[in-house]
Amino acid sequence: MSRNLMGIYTIWLRDVRRFWRDRPRIIGATIQPALFLFLLGTGLGRGIAGAFGNGIRGDYLTFIYPGIIGMSILFTSIFSAISIVWDREIGFLKEVMVAPIARWAVAVGKAFGGSTVAVFQGSLMLIFAPFINVHITPAIVITLIPLIFLIAFSITSIGIVVAARMHSMQGFQIIMNFLVLPMFFLSGAMFPITNLPRWMGILVAINPLTYGVDALRGVILGFSNYSLIANMSIISGFGIAMIIAAMIIFGRTE
Amino acid sequence: MNIIEVVNLSKGFKAKKGTITAVKDVSFNVRMGELFGFLGPNGAGKTTTINILCTLLTPTSGKALLNSFDVVTNQNEVRQSIGLVFQEPSLDEKLTARENLEFHAMLYNVPKAVREERIKYMLEIVGLYDRKDDLVNTFSGGMKRRLEIARGFLHHPRVLFLDEPTLGLDPQTRNHIWEYIHQLRKKEEITIFLTTHYMAEAENCDRVAIIDYGEIIAIDSPSDLKKEIGGDVITVIAEDRDKAKKTIEEEYNVSVIANDEGLHFEVENGETFLPKFIKKADFKILSISLRRPTLEDVFLKLTGRRIREESAEANTALKIHARRLMR
Repeated sequence: MSRNLMGIYTIWLRDVRRFWRDRPRIIGATIQPALFLFLLGTGLGRGIAGAFGNGIRGDYLTFIYPGIIGMSILFTSIFSAISIVWDREIGFLKEVMVAPIARWAVAVGKAFGGSTVAVFQGSLMLIFAPFINVHITPAIVITLIPLIFLIAFSITSIGIVVAARMHSMQGFQIIMNFLVLPMFFLSGAMFPITNLPRWMGILVAINPLTYGVDALRGVILGFSNYSLIANMSIISGFGIAMIIAAMIIFGRTE
Repeated sequence: MNIIEVVNLSKGFKAKKGTITAVKDVSFNVRMGELFGFLGPNGAGKTTTINILCTLLTPTSGKALLNSFDVVTNQNEVRQSIGLVFQEPSLDEKLTARENLEFHAMLYNVPKAVREERIKYMLEIVGLYDRKDDLVNTFSGGMKRRLEIARGFLHHPRVLFLDEPTLGLDPQTRNHIWEYIHQLRKKEEITIFLTTHYMAEAENCDRVAIIDYGEIIAIDSPSDLKKEIGGDVITVIAEDRDKAKKTIEEEYNVSVIANDEGLHFEVENGETFLPKFIKKADFKILSISLRRPTLEDVFLKLTGRRIREESAEANTALKIHARRLMR
């Protein structure tokens, strides 16, 4: 067992090290959400001024801010998980697969690595708070970190399940179009989810990120559709199911 | 004593039409401490066999023991017992040389107290210590290979698998790599399991298994394998090839293999045979050569084909792979 714990730690350490070293990636992953927030947010906010009033305090920019943090977590987590496919292409995955640790430990190490990186990247979004008049207290930060970790862990696990059987990066576009973008659009990050057509409401309800964004909004802005406990339970449940699936899929040998 | 025991091992892969059997009912042993070679053309089943022995693939049937651990049921013990240098690079290029070895040492439970020292020692042997803090993506192909060899030895494995360790390297680098391997082999008690389609590399082995279409067709020391060839190899290029072949076969009672390079046959005492042969020949000889047999001749005799014919194909595959990586 200690051997597998060491394996998890080793794989985690590699991911964190690589992330820390890849400054262009960190900058890119910070600028992209900033564009959504300040350009799309400002423009859209002006265009639909007045349409937002009921039940939403503050303006549109404030409303989407937690959603943009959610987006940052989503993208960072998925990219971390998909790096497995890249590792397979460059041959490095073999080095991990023949190491004397259980295969499930590889999946768990990857999930922890992706979550840690996403916590860092998600927390980095907090630097935008002063520009949109959101006041972040230390208490909020203390609640946010484990929350972000939980959301990231669930999403990284989904990514690992997908990446476990992918043999080339060519499938990446498919993942973007059929998994990442729908998860983002259907999470309530950019609009309220209370007044949607029925089919869309169902999709929103089965999207784990919905509960993540709702929880983030609750903690940062003080209003949400569900309680923090409910949100965190749903994310945790989903995360546990996904990491178990990832461990099983990863454990199989040809 | 045997460090590897393989009994009736088979592996099939599902294909569009039925299954492809990559390894067919193979049995062999590798003795502790020897340099054991798998010689065969590309696609003969060399890598598949290695992948089974290092737990990357599960055999369809049969049994394999490595360091007396079963490769299917005792995977972790087998993995701890082996080091690997794969056919294709398997380093993390975004990490430094030292970090790549550290990662490996941690995964293989090399105790923290000795880790740094062992890493330093291995880097020094392969001549990369002064580059230890450089990212691997700044290394040449030969340097990467050396680092992989250092990594393969790092955790004191009992068996080191070298899957085409010098594929795609220039001859000079290839010789260097072998110097490092031989040097390390003297220092560490280790069995080396090599796959290759380079004759020169196979000649260095203590024993060689010749594998073709998933089956072992001969296994012995290179010198004993070559004894199967009756003496020296004569290659004749004649104007009338068919006539020459028929005449030689009838006259000297030998079997002649004909291919693009000419007619090949074996005689016991080549030096005294040649003058008589030339004098007596009633067909026009364009060229004639005499040489000691190589493992290539053994392969040719056993299969009727040359290994090299297929290695051109392997080169193309390598290029395609490289192109894919660059995209």
